[in-house]
Amino acid sequence: MALIVGYLVQGCQMLLILLLAPLLTGWVRTLKARLLRRRGPSVLQPYRDLFKLLRKEVVLADSASWLFRVAPYLIFAALWVAAALVPTFAGGLLFSWTADLIAIVALLGTARFFLALAGLDVGTSFGGIGSSREMMIASLAEPAMLMMVFTLSLLAGTTELSSVARFMLTADVGLRVSLALALLALVMVAIAENARIPVDNPATHLELTMVHEAMVLEYSGRHLALIELSASLKLLLYLSLLGCIFAPWGMATAGAGPAAYLGGAVIYVAKLAFGGVLLALFETSIAKMRVFRVDQFLGAALMLGLLGALLLFVSRSL
Amino acid sequence: MSLPLLLGLPMLLLAVGAYAIAAARRPDGGRQVYGIALFVCIVLLALALGHLLAGRAPTTLTLPLGLPWLGAHFRLDALAAFFLIVVNLGGAVASLFALGYGQHERAPERVLPFFPAFLAGMNLVLLADDAFTFLVAWEFMSLSSWALVMAHHQDPANARAGYLYLVMACFGTLALLLAFGLLAGPDGGYDFATIRAGTTSPGFAALVLMLALLGAGSKAGLVPLHVWLPLAHPAAPSHVSALMSGVMTKVAIYGFIRIVFDLLGEPVVWWWGGVVLALGGITAMLGVLYALMQHDLKRLLAYHTVENIGIIFIGLGLALAFQANQMYASAALALTAALFHVLNHSLFKSLLFLGTGAVLTATGERDMEKLGGLIHPMPWTALAFLIGAAAISALPPLNGFVSEWLTFQAILISPELPQWLLKFLVPAVGALLALSAALAAACFVKAFGITFLGRPRSPAAATARETDRYSLTAMFVLAGLCLLAGILPGLVVDGLAPVVGLLNGSARLIPQHHQPWLTLVPVVDVKSTYNGLLVMLFMALSGFGAAWLIHRLASDKVRHSPAWDCGFPEANPAFQYTAGSFAQPIRRVFGSIVFQARERVTMPPPGDSRPARFKVELHDPVWERGYAPIADAVVALSSRFNYLQYLTIRRYLSLVFGALVVLLLGMVLWR
Amino acid sequence: MHGLAFDIAHFLAGGMVVASFLLLYQDRLSALINVFALHSLVLVLAVGWQAHIQNAHHLYVTAGIALIFKAIIIPTALHRIVRRLGIHRTLEVVSGVGRDMLAGTGLVALAILVMLPVTAKADALAREDLAFALAVVLLGLLLMVIRHNAVSLVIGFMSLENGLVLAAAGARGMPLAVEISIAFSVLIALIVIGVFLFRIRERFDSVDMQAMDTFREGRRR
Repeated sequence: MALIVGYLVQGCQMLLILLLAPLLTGWVRTLKARLLRRRGPSVLQPYRDLFKLLRKEVVLADSASWLFRVAPYLIFAALWVAAALVPTFAGGLLFSWTADLIAIVALLGTARFFLALAGLDVGTSFGGIGSSREMMIASLAEPAMLMMVFTLSLLAGTTELSSVARFMLTADVGLRVSLALALLALVMVAIAENARIPVDNPATHLELTMVHEAMVLEYSGRHLALIELSASLKLLLYLSLLGCIFAPWGMATAGAGPAAYLGGAVIYVAKLAFGGVLLALFETSIAKMRVFRVDQFLGAALMLGLLGALLLFVSRSL
Repeated sequence: MSLPLLLGLPMLLLAVGAYAIAAARRPDGGRQVYGIALFVCIVLLALALGHLLAGRAPTTLTLPLGLPWLGAHFRLDALAAFFLIVVNLGGAVASLFALGYGQHERAPERVLPFFPAFLAGMNLVLLADDAFTFLVAWEFMSLSSWALVMAHHQDPANARAGYLYLVMACFGTLALLLAFGLLAGPDGGYDFATIRAGTTSPGFAALVLMLALLGAGSKAGLVPLHVWLPLAHPAAPSHVSALMSGVMTKVAIYGFIRIVFDLLGEPVVWWWGGVVLALGGITAMLGVLYALMQHDLKRLLAYHTVENIGIIFIGLGLALAFQANQMYASAALALTAALFHVLNHSLFKSLLFLGTGAVLTATGERDMEKLGGLIHPMPWTALAFLIGAAAISALPPLNGFVSEWLTFQAILISPELPQWLLKFLVPAVGALLALSAALAAACFVKAFGITFLGRPRSPAAATARETDRYSLTAMFVLAGLCLLAGILPGLVVDGLAPVVGLLNGSARLIPQHHQPWLTLVPVVDVKSTYNGLLVMLFMALSGFGAAWLIHRLASDKVRHSPAWDCGFPEANPAFQYTAGSFAQPIRRVFGSIVFQARERVTMPPPGDSRPARFKVELHDPVWERGYAPIADAVVALSSRFNYLQYLTIRRYLSLVFGALVVLLLGMVLWR
Repeated sequence: MHGLAFDIAHFLAGGMVVASFLLLYQDRLSALINVFALHSLVLVLAVGWQAHIQNAHHLYVTAGIALIFKAIIIPTALHRIVRRLGIHRTLEVVSGVGRDMLAGTGLVALAILVMLPVTAKADALAREDLAFALAVVLLGLLLMVIRHNAVSLVIGFMSLENGLVLAAAGARGMPLAVEISIAFSVLIALIVIGVFLFRIRERFDSVDMQAMDTFREGRRR
């Protein structure tokens, strides 16, 4: 019985994030529009876009290979699994031990790998430009993220996210500069990885400034729908990660009743909404940077992460 | 008693090599030689696997060969058995591949005799149980692989690579010779059992470690001793490249482990671990950066071997550091990670080299800038290469990720180390490892994307054909093993446990195969877990589920049309991104620091019809600062001594006489 | 000692190191001055917290002096200088922020490696403060080495001095008289430097130190 409930809750979480992801994207878009004193589309617009795209036929370039058609499903699968492994409304779910934070980072890497390959597949110059820049950004963002994982794991003694969240709720955490550095590094990485301003512009129409959009330029129809959904899932994943590590309050524990789960879900949605507000505020108040400033931005994130780990190595041994 | 059989089989390989001299000219000679090599390797593999899995005790054998007072000692223990598996798995697959690939060989008489001899040499290194046999087998391995590198010696680049390889191999063997001399001590106990029983003073032990690093490191490709590797490995035929990169570097690592972990024995000093760790970190980072700058597919793979050797040495260095502080449980994790990566790298690097071989036969090109679009004519090769590329980029659920994950876990439990320097070194090395993992992904997006995706950049690439069945089978065997080791890592870790126990004072990781769902739980109280099987299942379920649902409920229509490319599609394939342009952002970010990369654009003024030129300048810091000065000094010194060749006979006699007098004087004074 | 008091002290001292890194990262002059003000503000908080937990009232005075001079007067003065020189929008040509930050991380590691084993007997708080203070000093020196602009040089020097104050506060406080005299000497140094800056500008039309180097080479020839 407990097992069935466990499966059920795990399934609920997977469905919840899948359903919430477009909403989050729509929420941020609407907020940004309002901040610019535009009316903006409805919060539900991403759902409509997705359904429209799903029903349309795929226009496939002549030089596209089987990889181009398989990649969207692979990317979607990797991102969905990664996002489903981040604790959202409850910690310690049935399969939470499947992959730790390092594995989640690596799953994001899998998705990125195939997305970059898909960008190269048709053999156009824009696809190449996107892939090449994406891999440059990732080559700094991924280590920065791993340094943040180091810091967390030094503190919590594990890289398993539910345990990390549980640890962050205890009084042992204290006030630590390393955690602040880790938070800063994670936020910088999240901005870069989700192709947000100032690293990339999710709403750009200038080809030469695009990174993510350039890679997916040749996609259409259901493939594009999956890619867009994956991008939303990635944004949701990072916000959930920030919430679960740095604001783990209100998360239900494993085996709690439905009421606790419901409460956890409400708090989770509130956290996401708040994160969306912060993101929209940040994006409207800053200008996009040149591509070759991005390496400095992310290099700084990497150094902050490393510094955090170093400082922690020190204070642990005092 | 499998040891006599195990010894007999390499001898059989030697006989096959001798036979091949005669058979090479015959049309079916290649088939015969590779067929027998395949068979022998499979038998050896089965025997070694049986020994390791059954957990048998070490067996020894002494033959009255070699030095009269020493004899030839052989021994089969868990460590040797594990490396025998790695060697013979690689050997079997390379032989299988060569059944098809060898047909295209231009000069079979230069490859066929040495291929079985090379395999025999590697097997004998692993079985040797005294210094003399070890070194003879080691030299045998070096020389036969040198002969294979020189198979196409007409190309001056290959001849240079062979020369450099020979110099470095001799240097490495010299270092190992000295290391064994120190280990044997003044009494000359050259068999390993005596060395193991004896003790070495700390100073000598440190010297032995350094010599082992020089000797085995130069063979494995540790920076800064790697310079020969990216030249020599690609020069050989592809199945030999696979063996050299995937397998021979592992034999070198075996040599290092045998000397440092087994023969040197207990008194480990903490800074040893630090030295190995730092070298490993630098090697990993530099190796992948070098690889990113290459446009030659085989050379890219060879440089990437350097990176993976670095990752293995990071694991070994951590293990040494833990052992020095009596933290055997942690050392077991680090050793498991290193050995797991040894296995993994032998799998995917062989796979990638074989894939490159298939591309080479199909197009005759190694230069990525002239390839492209090969996924259309060669879909199966592309799939196998893609699996290898994803595995080497440490992507879950494949095997490369598991060993890197284990290495990371070993790094994460390192704050318990008491030494301050290690406390700082370990996170720094962790950052290097993370950077090199991320860069490896970029490198293989480039390698696969430019070679197989896009549109063909040359007529050769446009007219390519899928490769033969043997080659495909060989590649898919390796690809399947990559996947299996990735989703069932617990079984591999359990298989490695006897080896780890042997090297680590019998401390090993907890058994993994009765964890629920075969989850990997390296250290119980750390609670970090990874389950490749479930990740794989979840990904397959959600991917296929999404595909099925969408095709069923929404739309499955496809319309073919020209590429869109923002409305300006360009028919000329030269407009695609090239390998050089793909690597440009990374070259600009990392290369400007490491390689002093500079880009020069010469743009003629408007109206001038000369073409604009774009030039990239790269400097190899290791070669220019390390080797070039030494080479210059050697040249200067030898030209100084050149006049000795033009002396009269009386002068020569007086030189000999003078030398004799000086020696006698020396003896008098020494007393 | 591993209570909240320690955590906050650790946090503030670590915050100064981070602020030093921000100085390294920032290449816009007026933003650099603002970051320096933040650096001083963190110093004020750190010293104030030390005063609180050590129960040393004279440290409050130190904190007050730092607040008035370093967090308010000097940044304001620098802002005015920069504006009057007309270089407040200048971007400094910094080659390789990543490399500088890497060097900075190495320096922090070095500072900790040097300080912690030496001070093995002192209490944890003082040890960490000393290590961080040394790191701030080294980072200030690094900033002075890698920047060309004279104003950046001044800021590097001031941040270095902030590190010294942090060290003094952590190690049981320094006498008030010393602190006041240091504060005034720094202020005087600022005035002198300010005057020099204008003189340099008059002669060379720039406050870029490289311009002066070329001038020297020209003289030598």
